[in-house]
Amino acid sequence: MLIEVENLRKRYGRGTPYVIDGVSFSIECGETVGIMGESGSGKSTIGQILAGLYPATGGSIRFRGKELKIPYKKELRSKIQILFQHPEVSFNPRMKLEESLCEPYLLKKKPCDRTEFLSYMKRFGIYEEHVKRYPAELSGGELQRMALARAMLMEPECLILDEPTSMLDMVSQAQMIRLLEQLQAETGVAYLFISHDRELCRKFCSRIHQLEQGRFTQTWTRAAGNELQKDLQAAGNELQK
Amino acid sequence: MLELCDLTVRFGKEGSANAVEEISLKIEDREKVFLIGETGSGKSVLLMAILGMLPDSAVITGRAVLDGRDILNLPEKEMRRIRGTKIAYIPQGSGEGMNPLLRAGYQIGEPRVIHQKERMAQAIRAAAGQLERFGLKKEVLRQYPHTLSGGMKQRSLIVMGVMEQAPVLFADEPTKGLDPARILQIVDCFAKLKEQTLLCVTHDLRFAQAAAEKICVLYASQAVEYSEKEEFFKKPLHPYSQAILQALPENGLQVSEGFAPPREDADAQKGCHYRRRCRFCSEKCEEKPPMFEVGTRKVRCWLYAHRS
Repeated sequence: MLIEVENLRKRYGRGTPYVIDGVSFSIECGETVGIMGESGSGKSTIGQILAGLYPATGGSIRFRGKELKIPYKKELRSKIQILFQHPEVSFNPRMKLEESLCEPYLLKKKPCDRTEFLSYMKRFGIYEEHVKRYPAELSGGELQRMALARAMLMEPECLILDEPTSMLDMVSQAQMIRLLEQLQAETGVAYLFISHDRELCRKFCSRIHQLEQGRFTQTWTRAAGNELQKDLQAAGNELQK
Repeated sequence: MLELCDLTVRFGKEGSANAVEEISLKIEDREKVFLIGETGSGKSVLLMAILGMLPDSAVITGRAVLDGRDILNLPEKEMRRIRGTKIAYIPQGSGEGMNPLLRAGYQIGEPRVIHQKERMAQAIRAAAGQLERFGLKKEVLRQYPHTLSGGMKQRSLIVMGVMEQAPVLFADEPTKGLDPARILQIVDCFAKLKEQTLLCVTHDLRFAQAAAEKICVLYASQAVEYSEKEEFFKKPLHPYSQAILQALPENGLQVSEGFAPPREDADAQKGCHYRRRCRFCSEKCEEKPPMFEVGTRKVRCWLYAHRS
């Protein structure tokens, strides 16, 4: 098991209601788990806690059996990466994209060979003409592919995708999903896919949890024949809590 | 009636790429036209150009005729009168359009105070009536924007836009980032605007399908197709229109094209703008296609030259 989340709870300050109220789920290596829910249901909060951006109020998160404590240690930080909803804010607007994209090399203390870097970027549909520009000069789809390329340079084992396509047009969205599928097949990276698009979750995820007011209310699992079936037991367990 | 004739916008010096290129559209009174296209295709720039809200670096040519009068070259003072009374604008982003330091009621009432010289209390009373029409409670008037959900903020912006009963309403990505339940609320709101002409920018095809009457598809600064909604969703003509419909999750996320180099690059703006991504690309596409008329529809693609 890659990640196990147990009875996760989160609230902002004492006496305030829990925005995440006892959520449990797991992610296996190379799997795509979806979390689906309306705005404000707590989807992004789960993703951001998992990425180590802020601590949970209660519960536990284990990565390969080891309990995670915030702040994550350096190695672990690169193993769980996150892709945000707004690609335009993922990059420093005052830096050329090439500089931003090369940051993982600095973090990993690896030499950055430009030819190698550009051929890696081509895999994501990013050309030399793209990286010479500033973020404001490119489209949302192009920027989101760059954010993905940068996250993948960290060689993550789990990538949290927080509504990565909700700001993109349909063609860019489909291209992005196909690219994510290819990367998963090649590297075995697991995805936590956060979305409010039911159809997209159905196409992309092997397991989907429906989140309502901080709790999972339903779970679907992809069974034989590629059909998603309602997992009544899992949902029942969640509701009992 | 709002008529755009060869509207072109570019930023910077001559020779630089056009952000909007030769867009001609005729929008009848009370029609709901949706502009769809990917990020950076020029949708929002087009609205801002008509409203005269682009920075000085923008070079605008062509005409935008509202009720028989070209509004592109009007003095700023006159344009200010048109914005709000003749054309209302719902800005992009469910939250960013509101001032976080002012209560929603003050902001919704403000257009009437400015344009009709009403007192604020009177304007807020008028706002209360409009709120109910769009499914919002009166309490919203006393709330600050950060206490409202994305859908409530977006509907408040729509109320702000219709407060003055401007005959034309521009909406820029009113559903961006909203979940399906909130999007349905916006569809309901737009369905209630029976007396207004609507020009709405979106990249959300499902929203356009639910709320539009006509669809104009923009690709890399050009209008490539203009159709009635039903015809568009039944049988899109332009290869790009076909690609965006095939790419919907319910149609299997089909991708028929590869990634393209950045748009303004090299000669991308010569010839057909879509040719580098198009599966039907031929030698002819090096030449810029005009807008061909196919029945009641319009399409910018050489595939339809013989049918025009």
